[in-house]
Amino acid sequence: MTERMFVQGNEAVGWGALNAGCDGFFGYPITPQNEIPEWFAREFPKRGRVFVQSQSETGSINMLYGGAAAGFRVITSTSGPGWGLMQEGMSHIAAAELPCVVVLVQRGGPGAGSVRHAQMDYLSATRGGGQGGYKNIVLAPSSVQEVHDFVQLAFYLADKYCNPVVVLSDGIMGLIMESFEMKTIEFGPLPEKTWAIRGRENQKDGMTHLLHSAPGVAPSRGYMTYLSWLEHMDQKYKQMADAEVRYEMYQAEDAKLLLVAYGYPSRVSKEAIKMARSQGLKVGLIRPITLWPFPTQIIREKADQGYRFLVVEDSLGQIVDDVRMAVQGRTDVALLGVQARHLPTDGEMILPGRVLQEIRRLL
Amino acid sequence: MSDKSVTKVRLTAPIVRSVPSQICPGCQYWTLGRLFAEVLQELNIYSKTIGVIGAGCHGNSTAVLNIDSILAAHGRAPDVATAIKRLRQDAIVCTIQGDGDCIAIGAGAFIGALTRAERLTMIMCNNANYGTTGGQLAPTTLMGQVTSTSPGGRGTNHDGFPTHTAELAAIFKGVAYSARGAINTPANYQRTKKYIKTAFRKQMEGVGLSFVEVLSNCPPNWHLSPLESLKWIEEKMIPEFPLGEFKNVERI
Repeated sequence: MTERMFVQGNEAVGWGALNAGCDGFFGYPITPQNEIPEWFAREFPKRGRVFVQSQSETGSINMLYGGAAAGFRVITSTSGPGWGLMQEGMSHIAAAELPCVVVLVQRGGPGAGSVRHAQMDYLSATRGGGQGGYKNIVLAPSSVQEVHDFVQLAFYLADKYCNPVVVLSDGIMGLIMESFEMKTIEFGPLPEKTWAIRGRENQKDGMTHLLHSAPGVAPSRGYMTYLSWLEHMDQKYKQMADAEVRYEMYQAEDAKLLLVAYGYPSRVSKEAIKMARSQGLKVGLIRPITLWPFPTQIIREKADQGYRFLVVEDSLGQIVDDVRMAVQGRTDVALLGVQARHLPTDGEMILPGRVLQEIRRLL
Repeated sequence: MSDKSVTKVRLTAPIVRSVPSQICPGCQYWTLGRLFAEVLQELNIYSKTIGVIGAGCHGNSTAVLNIDSILAAHGRAPDVATAIKRLRQDAIVCTIQGDGDCIAIGAGAFIGALTRAERLTMIMCNNANYGTTGGQLAPTTLMGQVTSTSPGGRGTNHDGFPTHTAELAAIFKGVAYSARGAINTPANYQRTKKYIKTAFRKQMEGVGLSFVEVLSNCPPNWHLSPLESLKWIEEKMIPEFPLGEFKNVERI
């Protein structure tokens, strides 16, 4: 069934989860993502699905650990400070290889920072912000449609790799209202969750299952040594990095300057590019859809071809590090960051006119 | 030999398994594992029981059980168990935690589960110190008790007073059952077995959350012989942590 709806980005998280067959939501209120737990509280129990308001984000993420371990599709959502609290749990979930989805609606930091939009959790989302060095796929939507679609894709990728997946939204993507097409997306077959804990009477293999965020004591997964466990993780992360890179190219063919932006600044950048093109300026956009794995290859190729880069991001500079690593010093990478907002308060934005001004300066 | 001559319970179901020993000489955690095994067998629920194990030595008491289980991050067992029980309501979900896991680092998770009245059975082992990490001050450490982080004895460095977790749990409206037992004598073992059995029944009948605190020993960190440690429970711990049921209701 396909149907068009007009909703907020935050509510599209709920519809995406519903269409993905999600079994349970566990979350704690925090601005600017409160519409997400409120949507689940309204829509899930009446459909026989689980909604739990946890006592903290530490609680939410450990509830995901339990729900995922029991073989269910589970999701949570949060913002800056709550994301900080979830780092411990993210590491345990990645270590125990449990599939689940975390929607992170970014707000301004550091600390309590601001309750309004920003893009300041890029590094902690893409680098495995918790203890011990794990990896997780990060998907960056730039429309309400993509929020809905990427939540479904996130569940698929989580199940495919037995790994947590982050959908990295922001305060503007969360609160913007747009029309979108609601549908269940088919991604193909997934392996059975033979490792889940269900109670012995529900196990097809008749074996006792034990899950742990460490090697050695988990007969259902069973690694012989610490290093063989790490080696397995390394192989899995390489497989994800090889297979799951996604990005969008916009007017990049003949461009002299390539913008790199994700989330709301990618929308702003597209507007700026339209304005620049009307003035004859050859400029395009690479929009990373997966922030990890990062589209390093295409950026490196473009750098080799002599393109220059302008990163537009609503922070002091985070994704710009990945662009600089990709180009390896072969070309210039400029940054238009949070200081380019049109007013100095926390609710303002980087506007297309300001991006155009920077394009003109560079070309 | 007739069965009538055997007074102890025989474990018949494939409920225990052989695992390497990770506990210290004289530790009671396998005794507690035996107690769990008897209860799960007598209630015939072992095949639908899911154990959620905290971080600490107490995990050894469930490691011997042939049940599906998961090890939680330190203090987070109530959160992990909450999700499992909400999503799989026909399962019997039981947490086992130490005192530090439950009422120090995991206090928020513990109170959260009590507040939401989760249909869980929660066991907390109280050995008055942090056993796994080498005997540091715990919320349950007795006044004057010397630990590696209360070298002058508790009370000499503004380290507060022992926490009474079973009494605390009983205050919560959503708690159907709260008790404290010990396993230092055969009589206490039998009494505690009754408490834990009642606690599981509360979950099976869907009444509410059930909690049992179990006083247990820690000979190496207490610097006592196994037998002396049992005497220490009787003479020092039980006067501070009285045994008995603090709440037992049929309906909330």
